[in-house]
Amino acid sequence: MLENGRKEASKPGGKDRQYGAGYKLIGKNYPTNDLLAKVTGKAKYAEDFRAEGMLFCRLVLSPVPHARIKSVHLDDALAIPGVKAILTADDIPAPADSLNDNGTVIKASKWGERALTNEPVYMGDPILAVAAVDELTCAEAIEKIRIDFEHLPFVIDPLESLRPGGPNAREDGNVWVRPEPPNPPIPQLTEVKWTEQDFAEYDQGRLPMGHAPDEWSLGDIDAGFKNAALILDETFITPDVSHQCLEPRTAMAYWQNGKLFLHSGTQSTFQTKPAIAKWMNMDVDKIVFISEYTGGGFGSKITGGLTMIIPALLSKKLNAPVMMRISREEEHCIGRARPSLAGRMKIGFAKDGRITAIDMFTVCNSGAYDAQGDGASAARIVSLLYQPPAMRQRAISVMTNTPPRSAQSAPGGMQGIAIIEPILSKAARKLGVDQVALRRVNCPEGKAEFGAAVKGKRGHTTSCFLKEALDRGAAQFNWQEKAARQPKRIGTKARGVGVSLSCYVGGTVGFDGLLVITPQGRVQFQSGIGNLGTESVIDVHRAGAEALGVPWEVCDVVWGDTSKHLPYTCASGGSQTTHAMSRASFAVANECKQKLKEIAAKSLGGKPEDYEVANQRVFRKGGGAGLSFAQAAQRAIQLGGIYDGHDVTPDVNKQTKASVANLAGQGLVVSAKDKYPHDGQTFSYVASFAEVEVDVETGKYHILDFLAYADVGTVMHPAALGGQILGRTTLGIAHAIGQKWVYDPHYGVPVAKRFYQNRPPTILDVPVDMQWEALDIPDPETPVGARGVGEPPVGGGCAAILNALSDAVGDEIFRRAPVNSDTILTSLEARRPMQHPLMAHI
Amino acid sequence: MSEIPELKTTDSTPKTVTRRRFILGVIASGGVVAAANYKFISSAVHGQMSSAGERLITINVNGMQRRVDVMKQETLAWTLRYKLGLTGTKLGCDRAECGACTVLIDDVPHYSCSTLTHTVRGRKVTTVEGLASADGKLHPVQQAVVDEQGFQCAFCMSGFLMSAVGFLKANPNPTRTELAHGISGNLCRCQDYNKILDAMMRGAEYMRRA
Repeated sequence: MLENGRKEASKPGGKDRQYGAGYKLIGKNYPTNDLLAKVTGKAKYAEDFRAEGMLFCRLVLSPVPHARIKSVHLDDALAIPGVKAILTADDIPAPADSLNDNGTVIKASKWGERALTNEPVYMGDPILAVAAVDELTCAEAIEKIRIDFEHLPFVIDPLESLRPGGPNAREDGNVWVRPEPPNPPIPQLTEVKWTEQDFAEYDQGRLPMGHAPDEWSLGDIDAGFKNAALILDETFITPDVSHQCLEPRTAMAYWQNGKLFLHSGTQSTFQTKPAIAKWMNMDVDKIVFISEYTGGGFGSKITGGLTMIIPALLSKKLNAPVMMRISREEEHCIGRARPSLAGRMKIGFAKDGRITAIDMFTVCNSGAYDAQGDGASAARIVSLLYQPPAMRQRAISVMTNTPPRSAQSAPGGMQGIAIIEPILSKAARKLGVDQVALRRVNCPEGKAEFGAAVKGKRGHTTSCFLKEALDRGAAQFNWQEKAARQPKRIGTKARGVGVSLSCYVGGTVGFDGLLVITPQGRVQFQSGIGNLGTESVIDVHRAGAEALGVPWEVCDVVWGDTSKHLPYTCASGGSQTTHAMSRASFAVANECKQKLKEIAAKSLGGKPEDYEVANQRVFRKGGGAGLSFAQAAQRAIQLGGIYDGHDVTPDVNKQTKASVANLAGQGLVVSAKDKYPHDGQTFSYVASFAEVEVDVETGKYHILDFLAYADVGTVMHPAALGGQILGRTTLGIAHAIGQKWVYDPHYGVPVAKRFYQNRPPTILDVPVDMQWEALDIPDPETPVGARGVGEPPVGGGCAAILNALSDAVGDEIFRRAPVNSDTILTSLEARRPMQHPLMAHI
Repeated sequence: MSEIPELKTTDSTPKTVTRRRFILGVIASGGVVAAANYKFISSAVHGQMSSAGERLITINVNGMQRRVDVMKQETLAWTLRYKLGLTGTKLGCDRAECGACTVLIDDVPHYSCSTLTHTVRGRKVTTVEGLASADGKLHPVQQAVVDEQGFQCAFCMSGFLMSAVGFLKANPNPTRTELAHGISGNLCRCQDYNKILDAMMRGAEYMRRA
């Protein structure tokens, strides 16, 4: 790895640069408030809590992919000393209907997942839960349980389900469709079968394209293809990849004075409480949810895991605390995964590489339970990232008897980019156009449009500076030099370079900020964000502290416990948080300044506008009388009403109002809703560059170099940003270099269900000096200028590696990801792609 | 405190665990649900009576002699977490795949999920809780993590710290590549490897200076 004169331990580009010009806190590194507890082992995750008389519970998972339970025999198990209770699907409350933000009632889906089931629809679907004094006794009891199953048809591969007469994952259908308005847009399960004719090209490895319920188009596709200098039509498959959070979805619950106390990991402390209320069908005010530290989420714990209600129900039944530890194999079953997409794309190119038209078709393996929209999302991202003047997209989402899927970092975006990028690389080679130049000519810019037109108008971005990131990244990566280097092959080693564009959504608006200035003069930010280690739970409040002009040392952040009164907060999914909650924090800080001025005017005379706030004081402009923050907080308590939380501004969310009421009297209590203008939808972007070296005698390859150059708006916290850019890049790389599911299609059972069979990249799979950099150009549509970062790098991580591989060994080697050594070796020897792209799970 | 010389079981009728098998043939109708992969571990949490089959042993953890009832098949990770209250050691896979449970045994990193507790009698066990000095001063590698904002969710962190400390004791001046190899038995699912390596390299430097 060190030959070729590369210096070891050359520091990443982002490392030495200064960010946040003109700011005191924004753009600066600092040790986050949660770090000391983590590094000393004192940070408590769900499994680290103990309660007096705590019982344990274990799940009984379905051993078969699809069945109806005819009867369960529990008597022998219950007779074992120490066994306390066995929970069945009949003990699970019917999920409550929910209200959306517009007040519309959303009916609980009849196909929705329940914590336990009488009709398991995948191997690993939880059926029973046994509570006992310890896990050994649980295991003894599980041995004694007999279950009689009525076996039902099952299907693992979505294409098999779409064949004429193919099996359905459930008796009432196999494909998700979204009803036309005015029906609520809740996906319904229906049956779709394609014709034998649709499958005519299957054996040639070309994705069949039958009826697809989700379709839109844009521009004149026929003209686009007619005017093309080159047309490519390719099939490419992306893998199913488990989230594999290192902390499984373990949960511990107990009840006290009629209230449920629940410990588990989550991506949103605030949003999980109403989710628990819905699953438990109980009053939200009777729930305390504690989640100070979460061991990874990546989309699989947006409101925690549904199974967390199992210990809650057992605890209620037994009047004792219950710990439900989830094992790694159980986590494979219930821990969620990214759905694979089988994609086919026909793309027309002009001579200079400009895309003239895209015709895109995707089949999404939605797994058991909820519909996944990764295909439609993939199309939206493709339409933004490569700006085709004409495009048609068709997508179908198929249910299979495999574990439930959910959003995983850049859902759809990752797959869309992985499907299109290898085609762009091939086109560039055929047209004789430089790879970076081909991306550049198709790259979005400014208020770029995307997706289908709705009521004649397409959506557009808040801003996009990706071209600049691409140019700067190409320079930093020495792209020209690396791409031109000859010979590409020395001995058995072939080198290749790849570039990819990448993007994903990067922010929402309209959430609330909440802070307290205490009578001691401390500034206490209430944070409803989940603590996943991205540090947004802390970082976003640096925007508020900056606006208030206070040093970070006087600030506290309260997080991770709903009994500590948190404001209405976004879920940390869709890379919303940095954008959404820095706005909310900024809003509440500015509202706080206004309140401080009002308090000063009431106390010292004059009008609020006669005062200014600085140096932890509010004082008359130009000097003169004033109050310290501590004095102002004491005064706020005397004034009461809107100042100390006994009254609340009407425009914040009702949960924020409840939190304000609970904080009343503790100081100057301020809440505010983010109402800043916002033109367009927020996305963030990355230009990714990779260099690989392939041993053509063994097929083994490794990554020599990687650079991710990001356009994510203002840099809030460089160290955390770098961790996100490279961490999520590597999550994407995993899809290229090895992660996938393997199934035994005959029995419908997973073969790869542990780390050693389905391993995420280790520290040896990536270069020791991966590089990241960020433009640090503020987004003009948000006051702090910061956008989200979690998901945008993922697709580029995968696609830059795929492109570098095809640069090294040619276009006709692989038709699906991941690309393993045997893929390369067998295809090189046979001089044609040896892995049939559509043979999923093999 | 010296170790109890005679190792007796606290219960004369140890619980026997039936052999568990999982056979694909279970798919035949009416199959028994097999409890494959359940932990055969008892716990004695918070004052509960010692479970059957346990015996009292003494182990040295973080410089202290700790007396604890353990079962023959009990893993060190379980003893640390559920009997000694040392929850800084994490269980990520419970089968030597992820390294989250790494502790030092006589200064050598071991997966505590795959180490039986009775095998560490008379040996020196160090967990993440034992890294900082008694006055709260962080170990140089811990300080380096704070200075570099190393790690994201940190569920893997204590395992990485113990691996790095063990490796650096034997290899105080590694290159970045050597250190990466030294800690490659630990998985970080946040994939924050670059920042982890930054922190660990800085930790190596701090250790050399200390």
